[in-house]
Amino acid sequence: MSGDAGVAVVDEVPGLVDGTPLLKVRDLTVTFSSRNRTTVRAVDGVSLDVAPGSTVGIVGESGSGKSVTSLAALGLLGRRGVEVGGSVEFDGADLLHMPEDELRAVRGREIAMIFQDPMSSLNPVLTVGRQITEILERHRDLKGNEARDRAAELLQSVGIGDSLRRLRSYPHQLSGGMRQRVMIAMALACSPRLLIADEPTTALDVTISAQILELLRLLVAETQTALVLITHDLGVVAGMCDTVHVMYSGRIVESAPRRALFAEPQHPYTTGLLASVPRMDQPRGNPLLPIPGSPSDTLPWSQGCAFAPRCTRRVPESVGCPPPLLHVGSRAGRHLVRCVNPVPSP
Amino acid sequence: MLKFAVRRLLLLIPILLGLSILVFLFVRALPGGPETALLGERSTPERAAAVRAAYGLDRPVYEQYASYMGRVAKLDFGVSIQTQQPVTEEIGRRFPATVELATMAILFAVVIGIPLGFVAGRRPSSWVDNLSTVGSLLGIAIPVFALGFLLKYLFAVKLGWLPGTGRQDVRITTEHPTGFYVLDGLLTGDLPAAWDALKHLVLPAVALGTIPLAIITRITRAAVLETGNEDYVRTAEAKGMTRSVVTRRHILRNALLPVVTIIGLQTGLLLSGAILTETVFAFGGMGSFMASALFTRDFPVIQGGILFLAVVFVVVNLLVDISYGFIDPRVRAS
Amino acid sequence: MSLTAGADLAAGSADSGATGEQAAGLYRDAFRRLRRSPTAIVGAALVALFVFVAVFAPLLAPYSPTAVDLTDIRPGVFPGPSAEHPLGLDQLGRDELSRIIYGARYSLLIGIVSLSLGAVVGLALGLLAGAFGGWVDGLVMRLVDIMLAVPSLLLAIGVAALLGPRLLSVMIAIAVVNVPIFARLLRGSMLAQRRSDYALAARSLGVTRGRIVLQHVFPNSLAPVIVQGTLALATAIIEAAGLAFLGLGSADPAIPEWGRMLAETNAFLASAPLLALWPGLAIVLSVMGFYLLGEALREALDPKLRR
Repeated sequence: MSGDAGVAVVDEVPGLVDGTPLLKVRDLTVTFSSRNRTTVRAVDGVSLDVAPGSTVGIVGESGSGKSVTSLAALGLLGRRGVEVGGSVEFDGADLLHMPEDELRAVRGREIAMIFQDPMSSLNPVLTVGRQITEILERHRDLKGNEARDRAAELLQSVGIGDSLRRLRSYPHQLSGGMRQRVMIAMALACSPRLLIADEPTTALDVTISAQILELLRLLVAETQTALVLITHDLGVVAGMCDTVHVMYSGRIVESAPRRALFAEPQHPYTTGLLASVPRMDQPRGNPLLPIPGSPSDTLPWSQGCAFAPRCTRRVPESVGCPPPLLHVGSRAGRHLVRCVNPVPSP
Repeated sequence: MLKFAVRRLLLLIPILLGLSILVFLFVRALPGGPETALLGERSTPERAAAVRAAYGLDRPVYEQYASYMGRVAKLDFGVSIQTQQPVTEEIGRRFPATVELATMAILFAVVIGIPLGFVAGRRPSSWVDNLSTVGSLLGIAIPVFALGFLLKYLFAVKLGWLPGTGRQDVRITTEHPTGFYVLDGLLTGDLPAAWDALKHLVLPAVALGTIPLAIITRITRAAVLETGNEDYVRTAEAKGMTRSVVTRRHILRNALLPVVTIIGLQTGLLLSGAILTETVFAFGGMGSFMASALFTRDFPVIQGGILFLAVVFVVVNLLVDISYGFIDPRVRAS
Repeated sequence: MSLTAGADLAAGSADSGATGEQAAGLYRDAFRRLRRSPTAIVGAALVALFVFVAVFAPLLAPYSPTAVDLTDIRPGVFPGPSAEHPLGLDQLGRDELSRIIYGARYSLLIGIVSLSLGAVVGLALGLLAGAFGGWVDGLVMRLVDIMLAVPSLLLAIGVAALLGPRLLSVMIAIAVVNVPIFARLLRGSMLAQRRSDYALAARSLGVTRGRIVLQHVFPNSLAPVIVQGTLALATAIIEAAGLAFLGLGSADPAIPEWGRMLAETNAFLASAPLLALWPGLAIVLSVMGFYLLGEALREALDPKLRR
């Protein structure tokens, strides 16, 4: 499995789908540079496919580049000090090189996003209704009462009762869970084909977050919307994702169908994540094991495995040249791992 | 909303009471007491005693304060030494000029400052931004009266484009029903008079409005820059809203909230700056009246003027606070 | 516990929070950033020039600021720049350059005295309010509100008018304006610090209240005070000029105070505009110096901008 130095071993593409993928990301890199010339590579060659109607999870700690990947794909990172490389295709169209006007027409209509903190993500001086109707005006040409009625329907569909009255509320008058429901209603307003949810439940209480996840799961199933769920929480993906990609320090380190990932995690980082989460399928007595060190103890990928400084399965080959992302077992299993000393299957 | 306004109004009471005590003590603390201030070199023991009795200085302090408050409640600030007219009447006659000047000045500052700050904030480090930064810095660093001299020298003395003194050409004799000369000209249908009054306002308004302009530009720039990084702006972008909708509805509306507060706070600067500006341009308002009162040690006018201007300042800030409630739903609700 | 409790445990890095040592780190950091900021360099250079001129005025000035050279003086004639008098002579035949140079002394003196006086009283009030809270806080803040209810120049005018036309009155007048500003600033900053997590952590470890305030809260609250102090020096120069213009400065015409020199030129602006330019330029440059330095300090000390 180890690549010889000097021989370039090409990464396999995670989540490769048969037929045309809805979203096709190839070798995406994002580099931030600040004024004093320090540059940070937040995303370092990410490739992945999302099939129409599927649910894909991207898991990683904060700083692993999972959010930046999605923002970069939609051109939401701004222009100052950001450099984006590689390609992102949506339904065959290149999002990274699309003229700005066209990209704006795609955003909100074809691809929608939900963000982490529903309080700060909603405009505080506009009513909830206005924030929903403006998207209907923009992409659906609905105006006045028509737009208002449709907005009320949308609120109803995300489980907000008394919706006509609620349209006149301001974000600060709603609870956290309600606000996230509004965000979901806004995202689904134009029946997009892809929904990207970036940590949609992190800012919410545990019980509320379960409700929101269930709502998301039902809605995407009902509308055949593809969902990319970005989270730091394996518990969130366990319940709903078809495919899971685990990111560390800007690269995908493991990728597998959900069952395979939870049953036979290969990357020491993935097993570390799993061991640090309480699980229903383990005996109660099993201790939770934190991963030693912090995400800032990394190695640049060019010098070997970024996780090596924190890894308990580190071997001399971990350092030196970057490990490639390769298949575990047969190609049909679609299980990839980026490790020279993977965890043996149980 | 009403409750919010009423509560803000109630908060005013202790401040106004405190102010009145401060100004009351101001007169008590005058060197040698008001009798020396009032009589100066004409003071004789008999006259001083008469003044002391007239001002009730022979009575206990709390009685003095009570009678002083009684007079203030009747808007009686005494008689000006310079003009021998009641201070209240003098203020009433001159205040419209100052309001007119301050309004023009803040209009100048807002009309130029907000768009300039907005462009600078949307394009940081562009030439517009750099120019506005240097300009604001200069605007803040030049003393108001020095800028007044400069403008007067350039545009009135050297170029002769605009009048540099007074409120209106002395040859114009129209009615002044409101005391606001531009408005008076419009009301009486005398358009040349209104135009002339407006021309007289330009230089003093620019001089007085420059510091507010610099401050409003900087605050707008900072607010636009900060708002541009807010999550809800990213949401609007993610919703695919057009650039102009993102800019107007999501960035500008939120960025203007702090700017409104700042505009309110400029009132104090305008009122005290008017004392300097009006003197430079011999603009017959409350400010030049106060300045001449300072030169002649006309203490009833200084005392009444300071109390009056402070009350105006406090009330304007109250109005700004309340109007803030109208534009920010979060304040309205809390 | 549910599944969603999450990998935060794994991700949790030990965040120890700010302590006194980190406050020192804040200033070290700030200094490092200041050296790279062009704003700070220009501001510091102007301030250094201003202070240098003020301190070494007797060595730098070619003449005494009060020496009168009447050889070329006739009514309405103002000898312009010449070899002997690089900036010309003023209306009384005194060397303008020497007066500008000595003027720096008075501006610096007014600035420093009014700042220290105002800051000491203001900070004491703010410390009192911020440290004790409760009714002490209420009382102090009402007093501050009342002082802030009078526009600052108006307050200075009132105080200066009360004390009579002397240099000391100008200093006290500007100091009075500074009092409520510093009091409110320190109190607000201390309140925020007191509510911060590290203060809570220190209290939970059994550190006494006085110790927390003195060792942790106060040093961490000082950053905005330093910024305001620099800006207050700029304001002092501007306000002193305004007071001089209104005849509230020193009554002694021999004192070469910039604001007064500028105000006096009003009478002969048309015949000798340059005499207005020099003190005007001196004021603008020194104010800009303090202002730029203050802005640079604000940026350097702002923890939000630390990376």
